[in-house]
Amino acid sequence: MSAPLVDIRAVSHRFGEHLALKDVSLRIEPGSYTILLGPSGSGKTTLLSILGGFVRPSEGKVFIRGEDCTTMPPARRPTTTVFQDYALFPHMSVGNNVGFGLRMRGVDGTTRAAKAREALALVGLASAFDKKPHQLSGGQRQRVALARALVVEPAVLLLDEPLGALDLKLRRQMQDELKAIQKRVGTAFVHVTHDQEEAMALADHCVVMNDGRIEDEGTPERVYSRPATRFSATFMGESTILAGTVAEATGDTLLIRTRCGPVSLPGSSLPAGAAVALAIRPEHIVLGSDAGGVRLGDARVSDVVFQGSFKRVLATSALDPSLGFIAKAPAAAGIQPGDTVAVSCDSQDIIMLAD
Amino acid sequence: MRLALRILGGLYAIAIYGFIFLPVVVLVLFSLQATSFPIPPFTGPSLRWYEAVLTDTRLTAALVNSLLVASLSSLVAVTLGFLSAWGFARFVLPGSALLRGLITLPLTVSYLIIGMGLLVLFNWVGVPKSLIAAGIGHVVINLPLCFAIIYSQMGDHQVNIERAARDLGAPEWKVLLLITVPVLAPAIFAAFFLSMTFSWDEFVISFLLTRFDTTLPVEIWNLLRSGLNPKTNAVGSLVFAVSIVLVLLFELTLLRRKKP
Repeated sequence: MSAPLVDIRAVSHRFGEHLALKDVSLRIEPGSYTILLGPSGSGKTTLLSILGGFVRPSEGKVFIRGEDCTTMPPARRPTTTVFQDYALFPHMSVGNNVGFGLRMRGVDGTTRAAKAREALALVGLASAFDKKPHQLSGGQRQRVALARALVVEPAVLLLDEPLGALDLKLRRQMQDELKAIQKRVGTAFVHVTHDQEEAMALADHCVVMNDGRIEDEGTPERVYSRPATRFSATFMGESTILAGTVAEATGDTLLIRTRCGPVSLPGSSLPAGAAVALAIRPEHIVLGSDAGGVRLGDARVSDVVFQGSFKRVLATSALDPSLGFIAKAPAAAGIQPGDTVAVSCDSQDIIMLAD
Repeated sequence: MRLALRILGGLYAIAIYGFIFLPVVVLVLFSLQATSFPIPPFTGPSLRWYEAVLTDTRLTAALVNSLLVASLSSLVAVTLGFLSAWGFARFVLPGSALLRGLITLPLTVSYLIIGMGLLVLFNWVGVPKSLIAAGIGHVVINLPLCFAIIYSQMGDHQVNIERAARDLGAPEWKVLLLITVPVLAPAIFAAFFLSMTFSWDEFVISFLLTRFDTTLPVEIWNLLRSGLNPKTNAVGSLVFAVSIVLVLLFELTLLRRKKP
């Protein structure tokens, strides 16, 4: 196996009394697009700052290209950062902004200008070379920041919530461009966000973080369809969480008792009596019939939200008033708040989480 | 009724501005007096007293001294003020708030006290009375001002800009020189011009700390001891004109800063 581009080993970080990162280890492969996804306070930005060299971890080591970079200042690291507020130099032209990193590396003026123009062309802003940052729109500044960070050919490009300040439409558009640019330059991108849609759209490797820990990591498809923990099942997309206990383990089938009735699932290695949580994605919950193999009893619809291509339905279980189902119904479905519907799902769509 | 109020308001405004500016107007007017006494009736206009000022080597020497002391002491004050502001804004220091309070404290102490303190100290250390001593005094009074102006403009929004420069490979001194100073240029210039204004017409400290070579305000005071004449008016008008230019420069740099 080839050495990873970035190897974060058992990093912990403390801000005063607060433990922001708890024993985090992460590998980043060359050419990959890694997303650090998590709510605010999850430690994702701290981890990015540690990668960029702005924060020195309290414990643990950071290796980039096999070299120990734990205490190396940002200026000497093979990383560059696209800051959330872009941090363009307001007194310099766009061309000089982009050329700044090359200037610091002693590249002569002509080469610098040529490379800066090239980088600006890459992000689709070739015409902005002589403008000042304040003459550009938010989306354009974002591109300049990207060009400025890419022009020095870093081993890893770090993006701190790069799309956070843009409006929704522009965000989705920039998202596609980011991915395209990443594929073209082949640089490894590490991107911090709290937007799970952004994460699913961009990531080759999705890292879900919560409370200073990595909850789950893998391809977005895997993290979505088979989340490892209850947190990633509810943060990366929505889920209905059903609490239960293992009643019986026979061979490779588990019989799980829940308040909505028994559910039998493939699986083993759990003793009888163990507590488990079952997660079901909204699109897998079947309303109004028992078409799914697993019956989950009746539920009373409390809310129906029309979302364009579908209706988001919230329903309360008749068997367990504390259990709320989140389901997706077709846009044309005639379901109304107050209706009582049968709820079911297919056993293969149930995700078992260790509780 | 309304009209009467407006007229009354107008008169009040004229009275206020008259109160503030009449002395200056009188000063400037009688500097143009053609005869030997700056008292009515006005006999000018004539530039003879300006000619007298500009041919008086003591006064012109003092004028040059004043400009030198003002520009050099302001340069030192602004440099030190900038560096201390940068230190306070960018590093976590023990007792930061207390130290910041201490550095701005001289703003509230009277120039007389600072001048006397420096006189005693210089005497003790053996620094002779000189323009340099007065210049040091002006740094003492202007440094807190420069610090306060620059520190107030050194917000957190520049932290990331400096980080970005570091991230792109700039060593610390280049971050300061290529990023921090240009970004703060309006505040730095404003602090410089305001320092120059204060140093330019500062009297007490210069009076206490200079002996043979001295600054213009002290020289004017020497002149006044022999009584009023239009020459004092002329030199006063010159001092006033330079102050106006400095204040305008200060305002312009601040205004330009607010535009983008």
